Amino acid sequence: MEKTVNQKAWFLVLPVLLLVAFSAVIPLMTVVNYSVQDTFGNNQFFWAGLEWFREMLSSERMWDALGRQLMFSGIILAIEVPLGIFVALNMPKSGFWASFCLVLMSLPLLIPWNVVGTIWQIFGRVDIGLLGYTLDKLGINYNYTQDTIAAWVTIVVMDVWHWTSLVALLAYAGLKSIPDAYYQAAKIDQASRWKVFRFIELPKMMGVLMIAILLRFMDSFMIYTEPFVVTGGGPGNATTLLSIDLVKMALGQFDLGPAAAFSIMYFLVILLISWVFYTVMTNLDKREG
Amino acid sequence: MADMTVTPAATQRKRALPRINSRAVVMGLYLLFLLLPIYWLLNMSLKTNTEILNSFTLWPSNLTFANYATILTDPAWYMGYVNSLIYVVMNTVISLTVALPAAYAFSRYSFMGDKHLFFWLLTNRMAPPAVFALPFFQLYSSVGLFDTHIAVALAHCLFNVPLAVWILEGFMRGVPKEIDETAYIDGYSFGRFFVKIFMPLIASGIGVAAFFCFMFSWVELLLSRTLTTVDAKPIAAIMTRTQGASGIDWGVLAAAGVLTIVPGALVIYFVRNYIAKGFALGRV
Repeated sequence: MEKTVNQKAWFLVLPVLLLVAFSAVIPLMTVVNYSVQDTFGNNQFFWAGLEWFREMLSSERMWDALGRQLMFSGIILAIEVPLGIFVALNMPKSGFWASFCLVLMSLPLLIPWNVVGTIWQIFGRVDIGLLGYTLDKLGINYNYTQDTIAAWVTIVVMDVWHWTSLVALLAYAGLKSIPDAYYQAAKIDQASRWKVFRFIELPKMMGVLMIAILLRFMDSFMIYTEPFVVTGGGPGNATTLLSIDLVKMALGQFDLGPAAAFSIMYFLVILLISWVFYTVMTNLDKREG
Repeated sequence: MADMTVTPAATQRKRALPRINSRAVVMGLYLLFLLLPIYWLLNMSLKTNTEILNSFTLWPSNLTFANYATILTDPAWYMGYVNSLIYVVMNTVISLTVALPAAYAFSRYSFMGDKHLFFWLLTNRMAPPAVFALPFFQLYSSVGLFDTHIAVALAHCLFNVPLAVWILEGFMRGVPKEIDETAYIDGYSFGRFFVKIFMPLIASGIGVAAFFCFMFSWVELLLSRTLTTVDAKPIAAIMTRTQGASGIDWGVLAAAGVLTIVPGALVIYFVRNYIAKGFALGRV
């Protein structure tokens, strides 16, 4: 749609600008402030320059957390994206069963995040949880509070349970937009099921799939509540992801300087990914309009 | 074309039948995977603690609603739901009120810095709450809003306002511009046109945006827990109360969990076709 140039439109945007500035810019400035200062208590602050940044960049703790974070995001994307596409391909196209599947699949998406954690915390317990109990009876040694592998498996399966439906729903939306004529043409050409997927369905889904991948990457990159409830970052530091580490540092130990420097670097990464996301979105809009 | 006419309908049906079955099996297994943990929570919420801890049963043998009764009769418990609802509703109203005109501006006009502004909004949706937890705590403490509903509502605007703007903009783009122009020619002022003509046209979009603001404010815990202690404590944070001296009260914990799923489950049917659109910020 052709848009008219009108600078007065700023007045319509002004309320949003003020509100978001209040709830985003002011807090962010506080963080910047802390990141370049040091304090010995009593609200006395000293200029520390880039010292905290240097300290954080050379601290093993942050790199370890970042490594775990990337591993977590990588694993869940590698599982959720193919599984989501697979589920979307098998969903009924229309009618009662389509609605039925949509409603049930969305259910995990709408559960408060700490309840998601609680559900899996209970579900995985050897004494009272269905999953833990079954695994235990099968003779598998499973204890997510003590065993690193079990803890990782638990939080990964939990995330797959929680968010695969999102990928599936987006892929499904992409699939539904493919006109029937494409499939008929493929039938005339006697294309195999794989070729239909590879040359018709996948290219047509690519746009929404990119959104799904970026959303999942972003949200898994800042995940906090669910793994915190289940494992508390343990055993040891095995499941301490970036956000968990940051909250521990900022609200637990009140190491304001390092935590603020950490926050800013964290935020810059997010900014970069947001920009990629935005480019994909606007390209998608252009293609449609 | 010859191939098409040769293929008899009967063989086609025969080929179609097993495929439908395999689809049903895949969907059945996937839905089972999704529902089993939720069923387990529901199952536990209907048992007594003795049954939970001492015998392993797939369904409650002594059906009891005592866990729910505990929650619904104790103000310390049910006020958590009230608190959550208050700040969630406040947040939804604020978010929609400011987002509606802004989304209209983004969908209809181009103005200085519009693209940068739109992008900046998106970065707020993507901002990790963990980064904002401490500054929010200090900001709201210093202005005396700590432990109030409005503080949580405003904090959640951080990600809900951008979300609402993006979703509404997506819906508004579908409304042809000729409608605006005709209304202005007919002598409607901007305000009257917006409320009387435009808002009814995008009613479904407003509903979807409201649903998602409600949902994201409802599921968020880190900020709402950091900003409250007693008076505005959300239900999700009160759930940690079940860890008493005598161990965890599993039955009540499970019942509280089930009750937090209810609001989403109640309205999900109405937005089923828009869920993908909402999560993808109005695009798709």
